[in-house]
Amino acid sequence: MDLSLSDEQKQLQESAERFSREKYTFENRRKIVATERGWLPENWAQFAELGWLGMAFSEEDGGYGGGPIETMIVMEQFGKGLVLEPFLPTVVLGGGMIARAGSADQKAALLAPMIEGKKQFAFAWLERQSRYNLADVSLKATREGNGWSLSGHKGVVYNAASADEIIVLARTAGSAREPKGLTLFVVDAKAKGLSRRDYPTQDALRASELTFDKVSVGADAVLGKVDDAFPVVEEAVDRAIVALCAEATGCMDAINAATLEYIKTRKQFGVAIGKFQVLQHRMVDCFTNAQEARSMTLMASLKIDDKDPMVRAKAASGAKVQIGKSGKFCGQSAVQMHGGMGVTDEMAVSHYFKRLTMIDLMFGNQQHHLTRYSNLAMAA
Amino acid sequence: MDLSLKPEHKAFADEVRAFARENLSPATREKTFSGKHYDRDDHIVWQKALGKKGWLAYTWPKKYGGPGWDVTQRFLFENVLAEEGAPRILPFGPKMVGPVIYTFGTEEQKERFLPGIRSSEVSWCQGYSEPGAGSDLANLRTRAVREGDHYIVNGQKTWTSFAHWGDWIFCLVRTNPDGKPQEGISFLLIDMKTPGVTVRPIIMTDGAHHVNDVFLDNVKVPVENLIGKENEGWTCAKFLLANERLGIAEVPSSKRGVSMLRQIARIEPQDGGTLADDPAFTAQIADIDLQVQALEMSELRVLSAMAQGGAPGPEVSTLKVRGSEIQQRIAELTMEAVGEYAQPYQPGMLFHDTNETPTGPDHAPPAAPRYFNMRKTSIYGGSTEIQKNIVSKMVLGL
Amino acid sequence: MDLAFTPEEQKFADEVRAFVRANLPADVRDKVKNGKHLIRDDYMRWQQALGKKGWLVYTWPKKHGGPGFTPAQRYIFENICAEEYAPGIIPFGTKMVGPVIYTFGTEAQKEKYLPAIRESTVWWCQGYSEPGSGSDLASLRTKAEKDGDHYIVNGSKTWNTMGHWADWIFCLVRTDFKSKPQEGISFLLIDMKTPGITVKPIIMADGGHEVNEVFFDNVRVPVENLVGKENEGWTCAKFLLANERLGIAAVPQSKRGVEALKDIARVEQDNGRPLIENQSFAEKIADLEIQVTALEFTELRVLSQMAQGGQPGAEVSGLKIRGSEIQQRITELTMEAVGEYSAPYLPGLLWQGTNEEPVGPDYAHLAAPRYFNTRKTTIYGGSNEIQKGIISKMVLGL
Ligand SMILES: Cc1cc2nc3c(=O)[nH]c(=O)nc-3n(C[C@H](O)[C@H](O)[C@H](O)COP(=O)(O)OP(=O)(O)OC[C@H]3O[C@@H](n4cnc5c(N)ncnc54)[C@H](O)[C@@H]3O)c2cc1C
Ligand SMILES: Cc1cc2nc3c(=O)[nH]c(=O)nc-3n(C[C@H](O)[C@H](O)[C@H](O)COP(=O)(O)OP(=O)(O)OC[C@H]3O[C@@H](n4cnc5c(N)ncnc54)[C@H](O)[C@@H]3O)c2cc1C
Ligand SMILES: Cc1cc2nc3c(=O)[nH]c(=O)nc-3n(C[C@H](O)[C@H](O)[C@H](O)COP(=O)(O)OP(=O)(O)OC[C@H]3O[C@@H](n4cnc5c(N)ncnc54)[C@H](O)[C@@H]3O)c2cc1C
Repeated sequence: MDLSLSDEQKQLQESAERFSREKYTFENRRKIVATERGWLPENWAQFAELGWLGMAFSEEDGGYGGGPIETMIVMEQFGKGLVLEPFLPTVVLGGGMIARAGSADQKAALLAPMIEGKKQFAFAWLERQSRYNLADVSLKATREGNGWSLSGHKGVVYNAASADEIIVLARTAGSAREPKGLTLFVVDAKAKGLSRRDYPTQDALRASELTFDKVSVGADAVLGKVDDAFPVVEEAVDRAIVALCAEATGCMDAINAATLEYIKTRKQFGVAIGKFQVLQHRMVDCFTNAQEARSMTLMASLKIDDKDPMVRAKAASGAKVQIGKSGKFCGQSAVQMHGGMGVTDEMAVSHYFKRLTMIDLMFGNQQHHLTRYSNLAMAA
Repeated sequence: MDLSLKPEHKAFADEVRAFARENLSPATREKTFSGKHYDRDDHIVWQKALGKKGWLAYTWPKKYGGPGWDVTQRFLFENVLAEEGAPRILPFGPKMVGPVIYTFGTEEQKERFLPGIRSSEVSWCQGYSEPGAGSDLANLRTRAVREGDHYIVNGQKTWTSFAHWGDWIFCLVRTNPDGKPQEGISFLLIDMKTPGVTVRPIIMTDGAHHVNDVFLDNVKVPVENLIGKENEGWTCAKFLLANERLGIAEVPSSKRGVSMLRQIARIEPQDGGTLADDPAFTAQIADIDLQVQALEMSELRVLSAMAQGGAPGPEVSTLKVRGSEIQQRIAELTMEAVGEYAQPYQPGMLFHDTNETPTGPDHAPPAAPRYFNMRKTSIYGGSTEIQKNIVSKMVLGL
Repeated sequence: MDLAFTPEEQKFADEVRAFVRANLPADVRDKVKNGKHLIRDDYMRWQQALGKKGWLVYTWPKKHGGPGFTPAQRYIFENICAEEYAPGIIPFGTKMVGPVIYTFGTEAQKEKYLPAIRESTVWWCQGYSEPGSGSDLASLRTKAEKDGDHYIVNGSKTWNTMGHWADWIFCLVRTDFKSKPQEGISFLLIDMKTPGITVKPIIMADGGHEVNEVFFDNVRVPVENLVGKENEGWTCAKFLLANERLGIAAVPQSKRGVEALKDIARVEQDNGRPLIENQSFAEKIADLEIQVTALEFTELRVLSQMAQGGQPGAEVSGLKIRGSEIQQRITELTMEAVGEYSAPYLPGLLWQGTNEEPVGPDYAHLAAPRYFNTRKTTIYGGSNEIQKGIISKMVLGL
């Protein structure tokens, strides 16, 4: 057992920290939000150059042989800066599923260019009725000659507008909500019959509603086995959850630091408001919450490679519960302690608060994962 | 003690309901139930209708043009209007400055200002907070210097809600910079059209524009606009704050919020059924429902004590504290009910009458913005921490 | 980074488990497993076995006779002892006064006291708190006046845990009344058999006797029992409090507590099914388990920093806060699991280990007393409010 970072990991941490600090000042970020894409190609190129896009992939897949700890390190710093580049959909989800389920050809065609920074992905699984149930998928893929035809709707698909390929979870057999009978397809973002409605999210990311109207794809578009995508998706989502937890940890550190600074400087009644014991204790509770979030993220990052899928799933859900709880506490407290300033658009706190709130809603909120964790623990 | 309604009260409730159905514009009503932001007309057209009926200043005594209702009628009025989807009455005129004027003002001032408030012809806003004076209100620095028949006012107010709609602003200003801070403050009414008044928007987390900075640059205010005596404005201010705290619990709108939340849970899909089938979620609704009921009973107890001649005491601070927490929790649960579809940001759906179709269900666009926005309720009108300090000092003697 | 144990660590774990199984007296194990109260001899038999093996003072460095465990070994040792139902090691000698003596004591003191602590032949207790000095420890008034080779000690200590079983007490006493409160305190070791010492029981809410008042009436203590310099006892006191806070998180015990709770929930019935199948109760357990995991990993992170040469800083206060809250939550949920059968109070069974038939299941009569008793964890060792005060000042700089 050893919980210390290696020298390379410490370097990675430093360079990611530097990136967030230099490229994501509050003002810079505002400008990036206002661009058409909502993120900067030059930053993405820098990620490729620094090796971040390939760090978590094995050497045989063209990566640099790191793993979840590297992802954790980088995501945490992204959280501190509220980084907008689509690392999660492209690298963690897209890249993760291709690495896990892709054929050699698919890896060559998709993963290699992704690592070089030349391809981006989006993962389309959610539908209007799905809520957090990954198997609640009804977009249909039917056989059509050698290939397939996809029809149906997907919602809140992050990065769909920038992605080169959309990885679509479709029903090829079975009834609604049955885990069996789901298949992943890699669909060209410009495919005929695929239409998009783009919008920003509450926390200034970009997502889309996608409508598939008889979108034709070849047999080679299938990622992994037909009818058997569920385990691949579940694992990829669990990994994404752990990455999100790391991002949330970074957000909490940043929002706590900003609040601490604020209550040390804002004066009322002739003293810094940080002299009032209620605020002191609340600040301590924020600090403790962030510590717990960091601990659970570390735990999950260490367990997400476990051989036993049950251990992995439990770790991801356990961490997500903590992040939901801690994120809400730190976010709400930060706003409260900033007084009126906390609810304005001009302070960084409100932006961290929004991101933390949205992280809780992604891939299942606190209650959803508490139920999942509880059921897994019962089954064990 | 009796919780049931007498026949005359039932008849009264029916009358209020009929009035609301006839006079509340369907478009405004629709905004309430879809959680959209109101514009100025939504408020003013409705308030003018109430004014015409003599119901806008419903908390005022008969003598000043109020309807002279008993506690039950007030309770019914507020609840029926909330159920019918009426916007809340903007408090600045009828609940804030109005009572200050009829309590501390001269006869001329009453004649001059009260009718416009009762009819909603004149919109008011509240100029208390300043950049350096939030919780520590007595620290305010906006200066008013007497020059002949006028005060010359210089300084800055902030967080002024609806100043961009306001015709008049009531301000706390400093008329004596020496001595105890509380003892050099005056209560001044200022016409927003006076030269030197500038309003600048502050944009909130959810993108909304409700609050403003108000700059006062050599603004000439006639001395007859002073309420009460010079340097005794703190008395008016405190009187008003106590009034503000009572209404701010917002029980009727929270009751409406709970029933809207249940409605959403019945629509939101989950695992082939709806969220209403999920006992973990419905238990959370039950919990907030019970909190609302407890708060309602507490408020009724206070109102009943007031009906017997008591003034609202410092314990009303707890109503404000719980009321704001409850409003926040309802917004939070509503957002959770919407789930992933709370993520798209759709300002068009929030602020404008677009005919754009929403992403996700109709109730989705306001869910997250409302959650963000509601964080204000534990900050304004005296923050939760300040209210607890007040209870601790005034009620518990700590 | 790696969570897995190395082969050596694995081997060490096997060794610890084998040792505990061979040396923990069966009756003691049984009592721990069933949540019964232990008596002095139960602790002593187990601690002496550990002492013989050299593991009792497992946190001490090698040079003072500790085993020099790595953080991983320490983790393994604590967890396996808990899993095997070993009683908690009484901290007063091993974790409190021992480290103070080897850090601040003279060579003669080390030789005199450390062996008996390592072997558990002497029982220590802690004399810090006084009736007028709880959280505000520095206000303590028990005074020690120099008289030739002796101090004459007068005053009283309170909340003295297991003082009725103790051979020695380490005390904070006032040796200077004139300077700042913190600067007139000394750290004194006192033999409990010295004439003038009286111990009087305090009965706790659950009916148990675990704490005492200790009165000092002209107690003569040799000057060589002073640890550190006169008037510099506060340094020792603070050093010890930081140490105390690390162990107090009691994570392995809490892990065991969660398992015991699950066992009870498997037996208890709810609508014809085991309680653990009730979704809402199962989720409460799940939530608790997640809290324990978070605390465990926080502690592991602290240990890992210490292994790299860091000292436990003020942030270990956070461990104490969360650890104590979790201990309380476990007892609360256990009582909820037992339900109505928590009500019967059976002091005989509880305290004297009589063979009276329990009312309800075996574990039922313990549930409520434990819940009441465990409220102490957020009070002693520096209350949680005080811990937050420390973090706020030392870590956050507020
Ligand atoms: C949406 C909105 C609308 C508003 N509308 C108006 C308006 O129309 N007119 C108007 O005049 N004002 C208005 N306000 C201002 C509002 O009343 C102030 O925001 C409020 O008084 C708090 O002041 P502040 O924002 O300066 O926070 P601060 O006073 O700086 O407080 C910051 C934090 O410190 C805490 N704190 C301060 N003092 C203490 C203490 N003694 N003990 C413990 N904690 C303490 C506070 O509770 C808060 O958590 C509005 C505010 C908002 C957010
Ligand atoms: C729009 C608006 C609405 C408001 N609503 C309310 C309201 O409903 N009720 C209300 O009373 N206030 C409200 N406030 C805040 C109000 O300004 C303060 O409560 C008021 O300034 C207190 O009066 P005071 O100066 O006499 O302070 P005090 O009564 O002396 O103290 C006010 C609070 O601050 C604490 N405090 C003061 N000095 C210190 C210190 N040195 N150290 C620690 N704590 C200290 C006190 O314990 C107390 O809780 C509102 C402010 C605005 C702008
Ligand atoms: C079961 C048990 C065993 C104990 N064993 C021992 C022992 O063996 N030896 C020993 O020396 N002592 C022992 N103690 C004493 C323990 O350390 C004290 O109880 C503790 O320090 C609190 O002191 P108090 O009980 O006087 O409470 P107080 O100090 O009177 O505190 C009362 C309340 O006020 C709060 N409070 C106090 N000051 C502040 C502040 N500045 N800010 C905010 N809140 C504050 C506290 O948190 C607490 O909630 C034991 C106590 C218990 C309950």
